[in-house]
Amino acid sequence: MSFALDVLTILAVLTGSFFFLAGTVGLLRFPDSLSRLHALTKADNLGLGFVILGLLFQAEGLFAALKLVGIWLFALLAGATVAQLIARTARMSGSTM
Amino acid sequence: MPRSSERPAAMADFLLAAAGFVLATVALGLVRILRGPNDADRMMAAQLLGTGGIAVLLLLARAMGMPAAVDVALILALLAAFVSAAFVKGVDRSEMDGA
Amino acid sequence: MAFDIGLATLVLGVAAWTIAARDTFAAVIGFVAFGLLLALVWVRVAAPDVALAEAALGSGLTGGLLLSASSRLAHTNGSAVIEKPSAIMRLAAALFCTLMSAALAAIVLLLPEPAPTLAPQAAANLAATGLGNPVTAVLMAYRAIDTLLEVVVLLLALAGTWSLAPDHLWGGLPGRGDPVDRGGVLTFDAQLLVPIGILVGIHIFWVGSVAPGGEFQGATILAAMWILAMMTGLVDAPGVSGRWLRLALVVGPAVFLAYPESHAKLVILTIEVPVTLSIAATLALLVAGPPNRALK
Repeated sequence: MSFALDVLTILAVLTGSFFFLAGTVGLLRFPDSLSRLHALTKADNLGLGFVILGLLFQAEGLFAALKLVGIWLFALLAGATVAQLIARTARMSGSTM
Repeated sequence: MPRSSERPAAMADFLLAAAGFVLATVALGLVRILRGPNDADRMMAAQLLGTGGIAVLLLLARAMGMPAAVDVALILALLAAFVSAAFVKGVDRSEMDGA
Repeated sequence: MAFDIGLATLVLGVAAWTIAARDTFAAVIGFVAFGLLLALVWVRVAAPDVALAEAALGSGLTGGLLLSASSRLAHTNGSAVIEKPSAIMRLAAALFCTLMSAALAAIVLLLPEPAPTLAPQAAANLAATGLGNPVTAVLMAYRAIDTLLEVVVLLLALAGTWSLAPDHLWGGLPGRGDPVDRGGVLTFDAQLLVPIGILVGIHIFWVGSVAPGGEFQGATILAAMWILAMMTGLVDAPGVSGRWLRLALVVGPAVFLAYPESHAKLVILTIEVPVTLSIAATLALLVAGPPNRALK
């Protein structure tokens, strides 16, 4: 049972790391601010979600697991709103190039 | 069957390696962002470090057996949101003041 | 090991970028990034209390403070570029910094093995204080006067900030007083985040007696949430000569001065609550800045 949990953790963390890499590749390759913003907030948050999923399998106790999920929800909320705000700033300063 | 508190060292090493990998992607992203031609790009630094930093901290918490690092990640989540909001307000304010 | 080398390199790189950054806003962002990375370093050297304080206070709140200062200075960006110090000054500054770093590195590397430390005595006497976290025991019991002085220094800084207000605005309201944007994204964000943040702040403060945490970290989170609420217009900044405000600011140090001899955990907690309140109010008002609107 604990071996199965470990395998799940490894798979989830590897997937999460892949998404972090994808996000950075997007940051490096996309041509303008808005698409870079897109790569950052979508891919990185998904990567974080998978990493947290993997760590949930290793969590000791309900409170620890709830804390992990809570952190993920904060990060989602912050990511979504910050993306909107930055996009608005980018548009206002006329940098949709 | 090993008790759940006897984390095999291999798992700790794997999590530490994953943390290092995520940190490397954050570093690469940071290089690009900080170079970014305008303020909107640089404001993303807080978001990048926030998300990536939380992932690294949570992985470290498990790999180093330090549950307090989860609290640090919690604070990071809150303060990254706060700092990003301050950045956006700061840019708005200086633009509206005609700077 | 590779992780630590990578982290150290990243920290140095971001620090170098921050110094070289050309405009204030970019430099502040670099500073915040540097602070967040430093929190990772503290975790790696197994100092989670310092990591909490660095992430909250050193990076987040100070970042907010620097940002509000930088937007006030935004109109001086042009003259700042023209008034760059001469090459000789910069060379002298670089030399001085290098010597300081070398001296610090030498001190750390030449420490006797094992390094001199009071940690065993601090841990041994923990039972007398009734606390479970040696860092909190140092802050609240062994070196309580130091903590009192830190709080007083914060209050003095606040008085200094307030004294920047023009005479006719003394006692007025800091901040811009923007009306709340009811449909706005930031407002929605704040409405969700602030209550949760307050809970987290109280949790971090409360858990400080047995685990990493404590008043400064908890107070910083509470202050950040108050600033967020003020920034989005959910609450307006208070007039700085308000009686309740002044009471909240001084109740912490005042209670501290009346610190009795016994170190029971209950007494320490009774002192910690007002101290946390005062620190939170002081930090938030520091970021809000000097009054620039008259009282209505």
